[in-house]
Amino acid sequence: MADPVSLINWSLLALEPPGWGGVLLRGLMNSIEIAIGGYAFGLLLGIGGACGKLYGGPITRDLMECYTTIVRAVPELVLILLLYYAGTDALNSVLGLMGIGEVDISGLVAGIFVIGVVQGAYTTEVLRGAIKAVPAGQIEAARAYGMSPTKVMTRVTLPAMLPYAIPGLSNLWLIATKDTALLAVVGFSELTLVTRQAAGSTKSYLLFFCAAGALYLMLTLVSDVIIKIIERRARRGFVEQS
Amino acid sequence: MIETTPPDATTHAMAFTPEDLPTVESFFKPHRIVLLVIAAGLIFCIAWFMRWDWVPQYLPRLGYGIVVTLTMMFSTAILGFLLAVPLGLVQVTGPWPLKALAKGFCTVIRGTPLLLQLWLLYYGLGSLFPQFPAIRQSFLWPYLRESWPYGVAALTISFAAYEGEVMRGAFAGVPAGEIEAARAYGMSRWTLFRRIWLPRAIHRALPTLNGETVLQLKATPLVATITVIDVYAVISKVRQDTYITYEPLLLLALIYMCLTGILVFAFRYLENRIPTRGA
Repeated sequence: MADPVSLINWSLLALEPPGWGGVLLRGLMNSIEIAIGGYAFGLLLGIGGACGKLYGGPITRDLMECYTTIVRAVPELVLILLLYYAGTDALNSVLGLMGIGEVDISGLVAGIFVIGVVQGAYTTEVLRGAIKAVPAGQIEAARAYGMSPTKVMTRVTLPAMLPYAIPGLSNLWLIATKDTALLAVVGFSELTLVTRQAAGSTKSYLLFFCAAGALYLMLTLVSDVIIKIIERRARRGFVEQS
Repeated sequence: MIETTPPDATTHAMAFTPEDLPTVESFFKPHRIVLLVIAAGLIFCIAWFMRWDWVPQYLPRLGYGIVVTLTMMFSTAILGFLLAVPLGLVQVTGPWPLKALAKGFCTVIRGTPLLLQLWLLYYGLGSLFPQFPAIRQSFLWPYLRESWPYGVAALTISFAAYEGEVMRGAFAGVPAGEIEAARAYGMSRWTLFRRIWLPRAIHRALPTLNGETVLQLKATPLVATITVIDVYAVISKVRQDTYITYEPLLLLALIYMCLTGILVFAFRYLENRIPTRGA
């Protein structure tokens, strides 16, 4: 049994090819890209979903309810597998029917789609709660001014709900960054999978998994700082609750 | 004073909670009947046109997998909760080194993906342990060679960290007057904790606790990646054996939806049994 300090071979983390640092950083970049893309896609779905749930007809409302219920009741891992295979298959068969032929869907796009659909359900719920927290009088006042429904949405409802939505939305961003790790199971080379490959080929598992953990933690902490700044800005003019 | 984040903000939207269930009276409306007919047609198509001939052969293994999943969920939720109580308490009243330690633990665990923690424990520690002869000869070695202890450890740690934050908020949110009143009665610290502080905190944290337990169920399939045979692993085996892509996954989604539904119904029943007075 050698002494523990010499067991750690720090040169494995070097950025140049004999070390795996560069590979890990590229994996982190992939993770961040997917998280940002999926989060943005989820935000779009969420705005649509929340509006559908609040202002849509009974059938739209029920369909939205089904979407959010199913996504919230089934593990993300299962959803990711299902959407990853089903999504690419469905797209290819549609393209095949249109006579374009099969395309090779990149892992990045598929990953963004999958994370986006999962995030969309949660975002729907967060935004729905936030919109409901906007005092009804403000929306009525906007309507009384003769604003069209779109204008009420963009000028009053969406800006006014933001302070209520930001805690939930920032929480979802942190979940999105961590959910990208699940894409390792479908073989997309993001940080977790890359780490496992690096660890497997060098046999120093502990070093690489700790390094990846530090990278994820850094991402979370940096996000936290930015979220604090955004939150302070969004809550301008609010009475601080002690 | 410690800031009290509303415990709902962390999990409410993420987990399917009892408040989301519809009541029987509000459920049946004319358009719903049309939708139900369409859904029934869809289910019929799925049952008729897709391949389900593999189900009877794998049924016993599926049952075993479900039992493993449920055992994983309940054991780690209970162990994690037992860990979460001291974690939350220490963050509210403890001396600063302990406070910093607990806070650091929660931040690190909540800031990294569960899959990474799982693999760190299984591949990292799992590859480290055999190098120590002392561990190889200890009575723990037969267990450490299996994969499930690592799964239980990772899930427990993650549940404890998330729940520790919730319990911190719950402990801090118990009105100071109640604790002062208990002290004025001459209760010792332990009696005060056991009779007033903990029950009140658990009561406050209960809705979030239910949400977290549902989230824990949704986290269990990750242990299949370290070769624990839960229901997800059984379904993966089916997919490898039969080369069927979608049907096993659909069945798996259905199984998880049923488990979540049962869990949520049970929690609603329990919550209704606990009397609440005022706010």
